[in-house]
Amino acid sequence: MNSLNSKHLQKKLRLQLLGLYYNVNAGHIGCSLSCMDVLISIFFCQKTKEDTFLLSKGHAAAALYCCLNEIGEISDDELKTFYKDGTKLPAHPAPNAFKSIPFATGSLGHGFPLATGIAKAKKLNSENSFVYVLMSDGDTNEGTTWETAHFAAKHELNNLIVIIDKNKIQGFDRSLNVIGDTAKNEMWAALGFEVIEIDNGHYLQEINSALEALKKSDNNKPKLLIANTTKGKGVSYMENTVEWHYWPMNKDQYVQAIKEINEKYNA
Amino acid sequence: MRRIFAEEIRQIATQDKKTIFLTGDLGFNALEELAQAMGERFINAGVAEQSMVSIAAGMAYQGLQVFCYSIAPFVTYRCLEQIRNDVCFHNLPVYIIGNGGGYGYGIMGSSHHAIEDIAILSGLPNIHCYVPSFKEDVGSCLKNIVAERKPAYLRLGLARSNNFPKASDGFFTKLTDCPKPEITVAVSGPVAYNLSEALQSSGLQEKVDVFNIMKIPYFELTREFLNSVGSTKKILVIEEHISIGGIGQQIAHDLLSENIKIDFFKTLYAKGYPDSEYGSQQFHLKQSGLDTDNIADILTQQCK
Repeated sequence: MNSLNSKHLQKKLRLQLLGLYYNVNAGHIGCSLSCMDVLISIFFCQKTKEDTFLLSKGHAAAALYCCLNEIGEISDDELKTFYKDGTKLPAHPAPNAFKSIPFATGSLGHGFPLATGIAKAKKLNSENSFVYVLMSDGDTNEGTTWETAHFAAKHELNNLIVIIDKNKIQGFDRSLNVIGDTAKNEMWAALGFEVIEIDNGHYLQEINSALEALKKSDNNKPKLLIANTTKGKGVSYMENTVEWHYWPMNKDQYVQAIKEINEKYNA
Repeated sequence: MRRIFAEEIRQIATQDKKTIFLTGDLGFNALEELAQAMGERFINAGVAEQSMVSIAAGMAYQGLQVFCYSIAPFVTYRCLEQIRNDVCFHNLPVYIIGNGGGYGYGIMGSSHHAIEDIAILSGLPNIHCYVPSFKEDVGSCLKNIVAERKPAYLRLGLARSNNFPKASDGFFTKLTDCPKPEITVAVSGPVAYNLSEALQSSGLQEKVDVFNIMKIPYFELTREFLNSVGSTKKILVIEEHISIGGIGQQIAHDLLSENIKIDFFKTLYAKGYPDSEYGSQQFHLKQSGLDTDNIADILTQQCK
């Protein structure tokens, strides 16, 4: 994907995401915008059909739905049912609904151990493919994260690629004010992960380079990409705020958000 | 039951190479041979029950069938959400194996008991709970679990031989053969042994119909059970489990739903720790009225 196409996609999927949320007067916008570019990198640059992806931060499901719509797995008509009665696209992913959504997530701390089980099974079955799992800051608060990190390192799961969407804001406060930074590079490295941290988790070239470097690495360590991101990326009044984890947009806010995205991602 | 269990698993794993065994660092002096036989497919996942169950679900998604083993309370209560969200919602072949269900761990204390496990798990989607009553039942439970390839919980307890007239032939079966029964008893789990002793000590073998229930929720009250109840009009339920969410409640619900009238219904169930005192499994069973003497007394009162 060249830079022109990538910018087009970053804009298109953001506009689609904002439309979805505005139409149903719903929140979880900031945390979806913060990981949109990582998702674009995975779905449009990195993931092969043999690879597996899990969205551990299930509250960003709308961003995943937009990606799956773009690759044709979720139809336009189906996408319009998002958040509405009778949908297969609830705010957090449903079980057994789409091939590219192996597990229903939404309660944090599940995606990483699930992905680790998949990675271990791929090793036992001699399958040469990767497992990607996208976590949030909040995910790294969970005890299962630390149980699993030890398991993944012990079992040398170098086919496991963990990505932390480190926007540094959780549901009720900034991560540093909650229980501190649980997504620290040094901690994960000490546990036996090969860690790459990037400053700009919205710059596709930087995300892709990091993921490719991790995949090419020939050691036996599980891999971690810490992507420093901005919550609400692309909409000025949402960026780096706690409240836009949950708030929905009113009409004026939606109009402004659309205007800003159109200007910022103008290819 | 765990030595019998280990041998059964070894056979399953020999026949199906897609079998994985995860343990939460339990199995000392019982699972060593199994570990050796299974090699890389036997994994000590550490004292980390929550991640163990999610990891198992991830493996099952890739086509493996996975046993998750620990002491019953650890592998049920600690990881309930993982069992519900990751295993049950996705109907995956992850088999939770809880050793020492009920008061099985006796003087080890309340942290090691599991007397609410069936209530908690049997309401989850797609899962069945299996409670073998005798050592002969462990194999049939495991065969059914593996054949169904769905979420399952197996509660292991003390392994005694079935000393009733008939063997368990299924998961809701009659263990006795009385021409003129005066009371119908439904029992689940190794406490069935206390019932058998009570029948012998009271001499009531010819007056009591005994039904052994090993798969919960059961599919439906069997014709044989309904015939027995129709004849006796009296039911005694015996379970090493709290009254809420156990087989007693399910049977009462089903009888009421079917508008079946009876004259006597009583459940003997685990009452927790009524005097905040702790002891052996038999001590706790006695405190709950699940001991041989109390069972014999109740049966004697009802079979006049």
